[in-house]
Amino acid sequence: MQTDIAAQIRAFIADNFLFREDRTALADDESLLEAGLVDSTGVLELVAFLEERFNIQMADAEIVPENLDSVRAISDYVTRKLREALAA
Amino acid sequence: MCGIAGFLSQRPLATDGHLLLERMVAAIRHRGPDGHGIHVDGGIGLGHARLSIIDIAGGRQPMASADGALSVSFNGEIFNYLELRDALARRGRRFRTQSDTEVILHLYDEMGPECVTAMNGDFAFALWDAQRKRLMLARDRMGVRPLFYTQRDGALFFASEVKALLAVPGLSAELDPKALDQIFTLWFPLAPRTPFKRISELPPAHILLADDNGIVLRPYWRLSYPDAAEAAAWDDGPAEAIAEELRALLLDATRIRLRADVPVGAYLSGGLDSSITTAAARTFVNDRLRSFSVTFEQAEFDESDHQQAMVRALGTEHSALACRAADIAAVFPQVVGHGERPILRTAPAPLYMLAKLTRESGFKVVLTGEGADEIFAGYDIFKEAKLRRFCARAPQSRLRPLLLRRLYPYLPALQGQSQRYLEAFFAVAPGDLDDPLFSHLPRLRNTAAAKIFFSKALRAELGDYDCLAELRENLPADFSRWHPLNQAQFLETQYLLPGYILSSQGDRVAMAHAVEGRFPFLDHRLVEFAARIPPALKIRGLREKHILREAMAGLLPTAIGDRPKQPYRAPDALSFVAPDAPDYVGEVLSAPALRATGCFEPSAVEKLLAKCRAGRIGGFRDNAAFVGILSTQLWHRAFACPHQALSPSLPSAVA
Repeated sequence: MQTDIAAQIRAFIADNFLFREDRTALADDESLLEAGLVDSTGVLELVAFLEERFNIQMADAEIVPENLDSVRAISDYVTRKLREALAA
Repeated sequence: MCGIAGFLSQRPLATDGHLLLERMVAAIRHRGPDGHGIHVDGGIGLGHARLSIIDIAGGRQPMASADGALSVSFNGEIFNYLELRDALARRGRRFRTQSDTEVILHLYDEMGPECVTAMNGDFAFALWDAQRKRLMLARDRMGVRPLFYTQRDGALFFASEVKALLAVPGLSAELDPKALDQIFTLWFPLAPRTPFKRISELPPAHILLADDNGIVLRPYWRLSYPDAAEAAAWDDGPAEAIAEELRALLLDATRIRLRADVPVGAYLSGGLDSSITTAAARTFVNDRLRSFSVTFEQAEFDESDHQQAMVRALGTEHSALACRAADIAAVFPQVVGHGERPILRTAPAPLYMLAKLTRESGFKVVLTGEGADEIFAGYDIFKEAKLRRFCARAPQSRLRPLLLRRLYPYLPALQGQSQRYLEAFFAVAPGDLDDPLFSHLPRLRNTAAAKIFFSKALRAELGDYDCLAELRENLPADFSRWHPLNQAQFLETQYLLPGYILSSQGDRVAMAHAVEGRFPFLDHRLVEFAARIPPALKIRGLREKHILREAMAGLLPTAIGDRPKQPYRAPDALSFVAPDAPDYVGEVLSAPALRATGCFEPSAVEKLLAKCRAGRIGGFRDNAAFVGILSTQLWHRAFACPHQALSPSLPSAVA
C-alpha cells in the first residue's frame, strides 16, 4: 500500500510543483523546500491534497517539515495516519 | 517630459539620417504628443518628441545655444532650474526662453559634462558640442528617466525607448538569455544589460561621452552609506533634529516638484508615502488638489478605505480607477510593449490604466510616493532580514522565531503556516550570514525557483552562468563595511528601484499615456540625507519608516500615520484564466509558440496553465513563473517575431 501512496504523492508533486518531465527524478528524501519546489502556498496546497485524496484530517501541529518535506516523509506520515484511522 | 532619440556617426550613415530620425521619433511619439523636432547636421542627429510642461511656447527642442555651438535634446525636468537660472543670469548669461532646457545649455557651457552635478532633477538628455565634436548623454541619479543606446557600423544610436532603436536598419530584437536569467532571479536585467542583445541602457547617475576617440562611460554620483561603526553616530543626537531636517527637505523636494506651467495632480494609494507627498503638496497649492488612485475587487489588494480616509482628510478632488482582473489581462500586451522587458508581476498594468485616466482627466504631471520604502526602509524585506539575523544569532531560542509571524500580515498563505514551517521558510543556512545578499536571499531563491520552466536549450546556453555572482561583483568596494540595513537598502535603491519600480512600473506605463511622474522622495538631497540616518531610527523594533512617520505626523491623520505597510500588489496569474480571458493567452502559451521562442519547456508550461485554470494557483513561485513566461512570450511577439503580432493565429514556422 505504501508504494501506491508514494506514487500518488509523487504524481501530485510532479504535476503541481515539479512541472518538468525531464528533471532528474526527485529523490525520495530530497527536501522540497531546499529544492525550491514548495513555498508557503505550496504547503497549503499539499495539505489540501492529502486531506482530500486520503480522507485524513491534518492537525495544525502536524503541518511541519518533518511530515511534509520529502516524498518519503509524506508517505510515512500518510501511512501512519491511515493506520491510526483503521485502529480507531 | 518627452522622448529623445538621435545618432552620432563618424562616417556618412548608410541611410538618410533625417528619415531615420523621423522614424525613431515616431516610434516614441506617445511620450511627447505635443510636438516634435529634428536636427541633423552631418554625422549628428538629435530628435525630440515633446510633452510641453514648462515654457510651453519657448521650450521647443532640440534647442541650440545662441551661437549654435551647443544643441540639446532633453527628456525630463530640472526642478532647480529657477535657482540655476538666477545664478547663471547673475554671472551675465542671457536667456532667450523661460525653459529648463536652456539652463542645461548654459550650465554645460560653464561646467562641461560636470554640469549634471548641479542639477536636481529627473532627466535624460543628449547634448552635442560642435566645437569639441563631442556628444554627451546623461541620465538622472536615481534612474527616473530612461535612455538606451547601441553601436552599429561605427555609429552610436540612442533613444528614450528601445523601440526607437529598432528603427535602425539592420538592428533586430533578439532576447539576451542572461537578461532573462536575471529577470527570473532579480526581477530585472542588471544595467547596462537589457533584454535586447546588442542594446545597452545608460545606467542611472552616468554620463556617456562620445567623440572621435570613442566612447567613455562613467558615473557622476553614487549612492553611499557611512561605515557601520559610524552609522549609529547620530544615535546620540536628538531624533527630533533629524526629523525636523527630514521634514524641511521633503517639503522643499515637493515644492520644487510642483513647478510646471500645467496643473500637477497626485497619485494617492492610501498608503503612508503617497499620503505624505499629497499632504505636502497641499501645503503649497491653493486650489483644490486633484488626486487619482486604483481600487481592486479583491479585498486582498484593495486599499479604497484608506484612500477615502485621505481624500476626506486632505479634501482632494479624487478619481478612482476600478481595476478588474479582466482589465489586467486586456491591457497586459500593451504594458509589455511599453515596458520592453519581461516582468514577473502584473502590478504595472493597473498603473498603466491609471495613467490613462489621469491623462483623460486633463493631467500631464502627477506627484507620487515611490522611493520612500527604499530610502526610509519601508519594505517588509528589511524587517524580514532583521528578524532572520536576530534569530540566527540565537539558534536555540524558541521565542525569537515567534516574531516571524509579525511579518507579512497581508499574506494569508504565510499567516496560515505552522510555526515550524515559518522557521523553515526564513531559515538561515550556514554561510548565509556572510553573503552580501543576505537580506535578499529568501526572495532571490523564491524567484529563481521559477526558472524550473526554462527549456533545455536555454539552460544549455546559460551553462553555469550565475547572475548572483555577477551582482555580488557589481557591489561597491565599501559595501561590506555598511550596516546590514543599509546594505539591504542599497540593494533595493540601486537595483530594484531603477530596474523595475521606476521603469516597468513607473516611466514606461505613465509615459505610455504621456503622464509624467514626479517623486519627492527621490530628490537626491533627501536620498543622501536618509542614507546617513541611523538604522535604528529607520526601523524601530519592527516599526518600519519610523523616523519618516515621526517627521510627518503633524501632516497626516493618525490612522494613516500609524498604518503598517501594505505593499502595492495586483492579481497575477488568475487574471489570465477566466472563461472570458483574451485569446492571446492561449496563443502565446501554446506549445508551437513556446517552441518558436525556445525559452520554456512546453509540457511544463502546460501543467502550470492547467493548474492555473483549475484555480489552484496562488503561490509566489507559480505566479511569478506564469506572469514571467506570459510576458516573455508577449515580448517576443511584440519585438522579436513581429509577424506573430500581425497575424497571431498563424502557426509559427520558426523553430
